[in-house]
Amino acid sequence: MRLQYSPNVRIVEMTCSGNIDHRVILNAFEEGADGVFVAGCMEGDCHFLKGNIRAKKRVHAVKKLLDEIGIGGERLEMYNLSSAQGSRFAEIADEMTARIRELGPNPLTGVGAACCGCSKEGGAK
Amino acid sequence: MIIAQQKPIKDIAAMVSDCRKVALIGCAGCVTVCLSGGEKETEILASAMRMMRRLEGKPLETVTFTATRQCDPEYVDALEGLVKDVDAVISLACGVGVQYLAERFDKWVVPALNTNFIGGSRVHGVWEEKCGLCGDCILHKTGGICPIIRCSKSILNGPCGGSQYGKCEISKDVDCAWQLIYDRMKKLGRLDKLMEIQPAKDWSTSRDGGPRRAVREDVMIG
Ligand code: SF4
Ligand code: SF4
Repeated sequence: MRLQYSPNVRIVEMTCSGNIDHRVILNAFEEGADGVFVAGCMEGDCHFLKGNIRAKKRVHAVKKLLDEIGIGGERLEMYNLSSAQGSRFAEIADEMTARIRELGPNPLTGVGAACCGCSKEGGAK
Repeated sequence: MIIAQQKPIKDIAAMVSDCRKVALIGCAGCVTVCLSGGEKETEILASAMRMMRRLEGKPLETVTFTATRQCDPEYVDALEGLVKDVDAVISLACGVGVQYLAERFDKWVVPALNTNFIGGSRVHGVWEEKCGLCGDCILHKTGGICPIIRCSKSILNGPCGGSQYGKCEISKDVDCAWQLIYDRMKKLGRLDKLMEIQPAKDWSTSRDGGPRRAVREDVMIG
């Protein structure tokens, strides 16, 4: 099955959607992504039982934070589909692309420094 | 552990609105366990604040670090180089950590968290208050259930007349501590212990005696 979907979508593979960290999503936006969607397995089908349910809760929390800081939570979405649903994936990619086109580019685009300004110093483990 | 929760990000941002570079210092102690001020939360807050400030057209530079404990001078000293050239320090520790940082550095130190209570986790993501730090524990008299903090009136010879169907009169969602104490003592076959009238508590060991201090000569160095 060779399906066409919007070429602007970049895939970041994770071992399980439950492995998604708030920081991964925030980093994508800080680095200029216009939108992010998390594609987890169908609810009830998680190999690790609840990974996708946890992902959903985290996505919800990050949406809230994005609203608070002015990026806009609607730029982030969680979808559930099985790895056998290639055409559904293409559909979601197109759907999300259309939504983001409507919203326009990441509001950070063109403002502030090219570098995000972070400086991380490790820390206690 | 100490339970703390993050303040709204807008409030934290307002405290450092005039700063160009800030250090966000997490703590690997209690606030890591209660998921409010550990390494992860520190980095999330830093990233969110940088984006917020970029949108405002006033970019913010951040330095992040998570100290082993902020309530211990030896770990606070180690932060010296890190906070040297920042305009402000945002502490993600409990109020103790914030004060240790403020005491140690001539810097504008602000709290990112509200320190709520001491307690434990019921399940992942739910924390509950268990001890009122009275300084003279009486759990042996009450079946291991603290009437000081878990009874809304902190009464020592309960329950009060407001106890209804196992719930406290303040809310149907709050268990009556004295009902819990009674049930537990009954189960343990020690109801007779509850017949002893408890005299008024000496609150001088609690906050009524002013700020407290604990000293252990035998472990002091030097
Ligand atoms: S009796 Fe005092 S020390 Fe013991 S748990 Fe209650 S408040 Fe804490
Ligand atoms: S109802 Fe129970 S917990 Fe509430 S104040 Fe009275 S004795 Fe305390």
